[in-house]
Amino acid sequence: MSEARRDEICAVAIAEIFRGDGEILASAMGTLPTIGARLAKMTFEPDLLISDGFAYLLGDVPPVGAPGDSVVEGWLPFRSVFDLVWSGRRHVLMGATQIDRFGNQNISCIGDFRRPSVQLIGTRGAPGNTLHHKTSYWIPNHSKKVFVDTVDVVCGVGYDRAAALGPLASRFHAIPRVVSNLGVFDFETPERRMRLRSLHPEVTLDEVIASTDFDLVIPKTVAQTRLPTADELRLLREHIDPLGIGARELRS
Amino acid sequence: MDKRATADEVVREIRDGMTVGIGGWGSRRKPMALVRALLRSPVTGLTVVSYGGPDVGLLCAAGKVRRVVYGFVSLDSIPLEPHFRKARESGGIDAVEYDEGMLQWGLYAAALRLPFLPTRAGLGSDVLRQDPQLATVRSPYEDGEELVAMPALSLDVALVHMSRADARGNAQYLGPDLYFDDLFCMAAKRRFVSCERVVETPDLLKFGSVHTLRLNRTMVDAVIETPNGAHFTECPPDYGRDEAFQRAYAATAKSPEAFASFRAKYLDVSESDYQRLVREEGPR
Repeated sequence: MSEARRDEICAVAIAEIFRGDGEILASAMGTLPTIGARLAKMTFEPDLLISDGFAYLLGDVPPVGAPGDSVVEGWLPFRSVFDLVWSGRRHVLMGATQIDRFGNQNISCIGDFRRPSVQLIGTRGAPGNTLHHKTSYWIPNHSKKVFVDTVDVVCGVGYDRAAALGPLASRFHAIPRVVSNLGVFDFETPERRMRLRSLHPEVTLDEVIASTDFDLVIPKTVAQTRLPTADELRLLREHIDPLGIGARELRS
Repeated sequence: MDKRATADEVVREIRDGMTVGIGGWGSRRKPMALVRALLRSPVTGLTVVSYGGPDVGLLCAAGKVRRVVYGFVSLDSIPLEPHFRKARESGGIDAVEYDEGMLQWGLYAAALRLPFLPTRAGLGSDVLRQDPQLATVRSPYEDGEELVAMPALSLDVALVHMSRADARGNAQYLGPDLYFDDLFCMAAKRRFVSCERVVETPDLLKFGSVHTLRLNRTMVDAVIETPNGAHFTECPPDYGRDEAFQRAYAATAKSPEAFASFRAKYLDVSESDYQRLVREEGPR
């Protein structure tokens, strides 16, 4: 089997986000998040629940980008989604147009909220997600425009805002990981500032620092993101992403 | 009681400045025939409450909207609604942006005639800063937890599109998801339900199980038969989204002239002429 591509390394890093989650809904927004969640389910987290992105929970693991018959094991229409979210049995992997050092996330707009220079999709479920269950982020285009000093609108609540709410309101808040096309990040620092957890192969520390508009916490020795195992590569290429559409998300 | 009416008849009840809730989700099962009737009417200054899709974009582009209350506005296959973006970026509308779950809670509070419902969603986010009217409430019990008091989102009018209905207002959805259409109806003073087909009451269960009968006639004031009435949004199992039409619609945000000619061709015409045009143009 040929060497792992960057998108496959990202898919494995995304799968790792769900390690240890057990029997909860792995909600993935985007192509590589979907691939990563399905890889986790097919390997080390077989009890994860995954959805078709609409109203059905899938009892098998179909390939991405090729709709076909799938086993339906459950029904999760939007009238039930927030019951599940607020009861906490979920780990969501969202995108972010902007994210700051404490993990505050913006998908609302750029500029002044009253008259934005760029209107984005809207805050969606980010405020509620972040206060009720694990929320991680996937960023395919790591740059200073995304990893910003200050987000224009706080949608997903970061660690500083959560701490300000006090222990009661923030007791379910957790941002386990941020995965980008350059590396893996977490908040496992005393101040809950974003830390470089590992660099993807062939990415330099300087590249990450130059692409981030705030000071990351850099550990003394920087680890490398683990490579896919032969079994994971086979699952990705033959079963989960046979059309290779995960790679497109990195190019865009 | 026979509640059948036409789209133009029910839209005549909508006055300037009213709050209109629109069912569906993104570009899915939107009451587009009712929205098109609203676009043909002289009404302006509306507050629109929606899990937003092209309903919001079209009403903004046509200058019908003063305020939008939403959690997102999206065309699904086109993630950002270009006409809504344009309205926001030109400062032409007021925006009230809530967490999607807060929006559900606001509709539910209105449905239950409660002033608010408590939730943790919104705390710590800028949703609370952008809407200074949002208040918090403290649990009166031992825990003393502070929560958002999500205010009731009371609607003057609800517009929803269902798969089937009878003439009395019992309505049925046959797709995978009801979205929040029941809550929109329960939160509104006047509830207008369009549907693909009006059928005899005993025939409703020929189309789907009893679980699909999610609007009963206490929740509905008028039934409007509008075949293909969710076009160009999806309405499974009867039809999917008209992606080519949606792309053409989205492209008209590029210039006022492009939208003006789209409007003249597709919106300043009757619903039957619209449907005839769509049929004649066929699969794009």
